[in-house]
Amino acid sequence: MLGFVIQRLLQAFVVMAAMSVIVFVGVYAIGNPVEIIIPPEATEEIRAEVIRKLGLDLPLWQQYFIFVTNLVQGDFGRSYIYNVPVLELIAGRLPATAELVLISIISATVLGVTLGVYAGYRPNSIISKAIMAISVLGFSVPSFWVGLILILTFAVNLGVLPAGGRGEVISFLGVEWSFLTIDGLSHILLPALNLAFFKLAMMIRLARAGTREIMLTDTIKFARAAGISEGRILRRHLMKLISVPIITVFGLELGSTLAFAVVTETIFSWPGIGKLIIDSITVLDRPVMVAYLILTALLFVLINLTVDLVFALIDPRIRAGAA
Amino acid sequence: MSDTQSPFFRFWREFRENKLAVLALVVVILMMALALFAPFIVPQDPYDLELLSLMDARRGPGFVGSGGYVHYLGTDPQGRDLLSAIFYGLRISIMIGLAAGCIALVLGTAVGIFAAYAGGRTETFLMRVVDLQLSFPAILLALVLVALLGQGKFQLISALVAAQYAYFARTAYGAAKGERKKDYVEAALATPLSGFQVAFRHLLPNCMPPLIVVATVQIASAISLEATLSFLGLGLPVTEPSLGMLISNGFPYMMSGRYWISVYPGVALIILIVAINIVGDQIRDQFNPRLRK
Repeated sequence: MLGFVIQRLLQAFVVMAAMSVIVFVGVYAIGNPVEIIIPPEATEEIRAEVIRKLGLDLPLWQQYFIFVTNLVQGDFGRSYIYNVPVLELIAGRLPATAELVLISIISATVLGVTLGVYAGYRPNSIISKAIMAISVLGFSVPSFWVGLILILTFAVNLGVLPAGGRGEVISFLGVEWSFLTIDGLSHILLPALNLAFFKLAMMIRLARAGTREIMLTDTIKFARAAGISEGRILRRHLMKLISVPIITVFGLELGSTLAFAVVTETIFSWPGIGKLIIDSITVLDRPVMVAYLILTALLFVLINLTVDLVFALIDPRIRAGAA
Repeated sequence: MSDTQSPFFRFWREFRENKLAVLALVVVILMMALALFAPFIVPQDPYDLELLSLMDARRGPGFVGSGGYVHYLGTDPQGRDLLSAIFYGLRISIMIGLAAGCIALVLGTAVGIFAAYAGGRTETFLMRVVDLQLSFPAILLALVLVALLGQGKFQLISALVAAQYAYFARTAYGAAKGERKKDYVEAALATPLSGFQVAFRHLLPNCMPPLIVVATVQIASAISLEATLSFLGLGLPVTEPSLGMLISNGFPYMMSGRYWISVYPGVALIILIVAINIVGDQIRDQFNPRLRK
């Protein structure tokens, strides 16, 4: 087990090192940030001064070394545009993204599993076919389009829900949250629905496939033979059996929901980190881009590492096979 | 009679039974034809600025503009005929999707088959990289790459290929690994043919069915990804307006009820993606031995 953990940690380290090189080369070595930061009418002395201050006159490998040293110390530099430390900027935007992503993925899971189990339990009913049609749509239709239609329907035509922003926020544990106020909730509803749609489709498919398979197993046959009621079989036995893949996917999807939040936040002007990164890309705010990329890569590496380790803990075959 | 039937014909006869899939195929072919012949059928060249008049801007569907013809789907903020713009947009979207999908197919297949054929450390290394990439969502990879590479047709296609080749590599690798153990491969290896020739002449054709399925799905998803990136303003430059950009251009006007500028290009996009996916689903079902009667 220890060997397996060390192997996986090493792998995670290699990935992060590779990511840091790619991000550095991609963001810093391509193009010249000086052109963006310094106004064209600046004198030569000011130019040279800024270049020296930002360390852009050093050879590339030295710049990379400074870059990595700073990263390891948690110093991501200052945003060119907002002129505040990047980490502070991201931390300030994080709660908005966190609440949006969590509300979306939790509601998608709860609703998706319920609908999926039903569709798997009665595969031939009309309701099941409708549920599956929704899930096909969820897979095919691009997320930004769903967002537009939600805005057009609920904000423009019906005028019942706001089309953007966070609404009224309330401070709790020193952080501002939208979901604790009625106004905030009404603001979060559409973006959360938008973000949840794709995940919902996936959860439906997963739960349906799992249910169909499990309902044919001996476990269920024996439970029925023992005279246990159908409701109890579904709640007790089926739920226990399908929960393992559902929980795995829930964990893995946390990361990808965060990635999709970029689209949703842009459409609904939701002031989270997704909107921040898009804005930063359009104005070439490099430190913010770097921080976002490195932190996202770190998050994915950590999620994958956790999933691997948890699985190794549950399933002895995996640790034997990988060692 | 039956011995004159080619495998393709047999495939088509089975395909024909699913009416929805046939309809979807007709839609896909029709849309590709519209895209290909757009310059000859549209009422207006949407990117010839001389033909545009701001007097015609943001008019609703059915408006008869200064050109003297009906704008069936209305006009955009520059007074452009939306129907014409959509046909031109389809052209760009389909071109990007096909180019990215096909390059990713070739590249990914080469990587997958090569890994299965080479074995050893090369195999482990290549597939590790592929698996690692698959653990990141394609949209994130494409977003990052476009951000790093900048705007442009070439950059966008590269980003899409880099984000998608891994799916082909995984599929080709899995199929090739399965085929590798079969007798015909052993037999071919016993002949003077080089291992490389065996891999690409004998192994590859037998790996094609799953790859074709992945290709349809990936072309649809490349079109969708491109639209998303263009919607976010990170895809193509303004001079090459794909469907995603048309939707994005209309977005600010949606709030004031001028829905058509965004909605019609979106409807074209959805019809295209859904139709490709339905065709892909049918092909997958036909290739799936477990669903065979």
